[in-house]
Amino acid sequence: MNVGGVPRLWRLAAPLAVGASFLALWEVVVRVEAIPPYILPGPLAIGESLWTDGPSLLGSLLVTLRVTLAALAAAAVLGVAIALLFSLSRILELSLFPYAVILQVTPIVAIAPLIIIWVREPFLALLVCAWIVAFFPVVANTTVGLNSADRNLLALFQLYGASQGQVLRYLKLPTALPYFLAGLRISGGLALIGAVVAEFVAGTGGAETGLAFRILEAGYRLAIPRLFAALFLLSLTGIVIYLVLDGLSRVLLRHWHESALEDEEE
Amino acid sequence: MRGVGKRFRSGLAALEAIDLDIGEGEFLSLIGPSGCGKTTLLRIIAGLAEPSEGERRLSLTADSGGEVSSGRVGFVFQDPTLMPWSTVLDNVLLPFRLIGRVGSAERERVRAEIRAVGLAGFEEAYPRQLSGGMRMRVSIARALVTDPDLLLLDEPFAALDEITRTALNEDLLRLWESRRTTVVFVTHSVFESVYLSTRIVVITARPGRIAADLPVELSQPRERALRTSPGYAAICATVSNALARAMADRSQ
Repeated sequence: MNVGGVPRLWRLAAPLAVGASFLALWEVVVRVEAIPPYILPGPLAIGESLWTDGPSLLGSLLVTLRVTLAALAAAAVLGVAIALLFSLSRILELSLFPYAVILQVTPIVAIAPLIIIWVREPFLALLVCAWIVAFFPVVANTTVGLNSADRNLLALFQLYGASQGQVLRYLKLPTALPYFLAGLRISGGLALIGAVVAEFVAGTGGAETGLAFRILEAGYRLAIPRLFAALFLLSLTGIVIYLVLDGLSRVLLRHWHESALEDEEE
Repeated sequence: MRGVGKRFRSGLAALEAIDLDIGEGEFLSLIGPSGCGKTTLLRIIAGLAEPSEGERRLSLTADSGGEVSSGRVGFVFQDPTLMPWSTVLDNVLLPFRLIGRVGSAERERVRAEIRAVGLAGFEEAYPRQLSGGMRMRVSIARALVTDPDLLLLDEPFAALDEITRTALNEDLLRLWESRRTTVVFVTHSVFESVYLSTRIVVITARPGRIAADLPVELSQPRERALRTSPGYAAICATVSNALARAMADRSQ
């Protein structure tokens, strides 16, 4: 992704410089205008809170992260399983796909209370909420991928008398891999959002408190620097999840897919 | 092949009353204007499509009963049709994998076939690292690796430049001369078909019908010098005329 021959150093330095200037401007505005910290704390105050509340916030982060990763794993496994069912039978796809869409477009905030009532185990309830938000991109993308096999290659497989299983293993699954990985990258971010929303709705229902609930709690107590610190950790988590999935995609596709190719002279 | 016709669901008649016997060891070229059903005919021969009327019968040396066992027919498409996620080695190994025979003998056979098409040293390369001509060589190696009795080629060199095309013509000729596999070759090019074939069948457009069936009586083995000989030019002229007549019949 060489953007017009920009040196590597600049690609890293430019966004960092923008970020640093923004933080500096923020600090200056807060000090000059004397905005009280319960309205808008400056970056330094947030940093301080991050330092002092760090350990307890990290504990909460772990709780949220567990829900997120479990939901993402479930989205990947069940998403692929559902997509495989769809690819086996067109009838099944036609009859079930609309319901997957309905599940996707229904706001999770609206159904989370029901799920929390129905599923007694708190961790499981959060997991189900996060999964509902996260599974759709995997299903939709993988379904398209499984149906995108090259026609001529399919004919070739037919010519050599390939079984359904062989077509799936040697042709359809490899074809679908880049589609699946693109879906998974979207699902990573959605799983985190789903986990946070579910925690907001569940409140203190669980024995352990996740990062989202810490944000609510900090808001009630007007501990706004801590709220920002928790928010910062949440964003950071989202970025790390994205980078990990992006890296995974690059490693798996490095030899052949256009999206993962290194810059090179042709 | 007896009275074969093919009508698509859209009602379009692609082929009509095709009678064609292909002898063992022949190099047969099918030539005709675009959209004359050459590709459809080839797919019927391969068993990838069923004729709407008439019958296709394939008897190959290694046949057991009526069924053609897989691996007895090789097919090369217009595009190289390789799996981009697999190395050259794995792409050529694919036929063996699909017919469930992957042993050390087969792997050795794959390597030999890659050498035979002049790609030694590229076994571990991925298709995107190869040029168009090299990809087509991989495709040919894959079609030949099971030592088929019948090799079908569907305008394999149409998308290649003249130099690569001439080189691949030579290579295909050498491969055929050393193995005498029966070949059915679909092409647009009169010169290519005359240079390669032992027999040329001219097909008319929509519906496809056999307009002419011409033997090519030129010396064997074919050498590059042949391309400038008067005998070659005479046959090219005959085929060109037959093709022109086939297209003229259409427009009347």
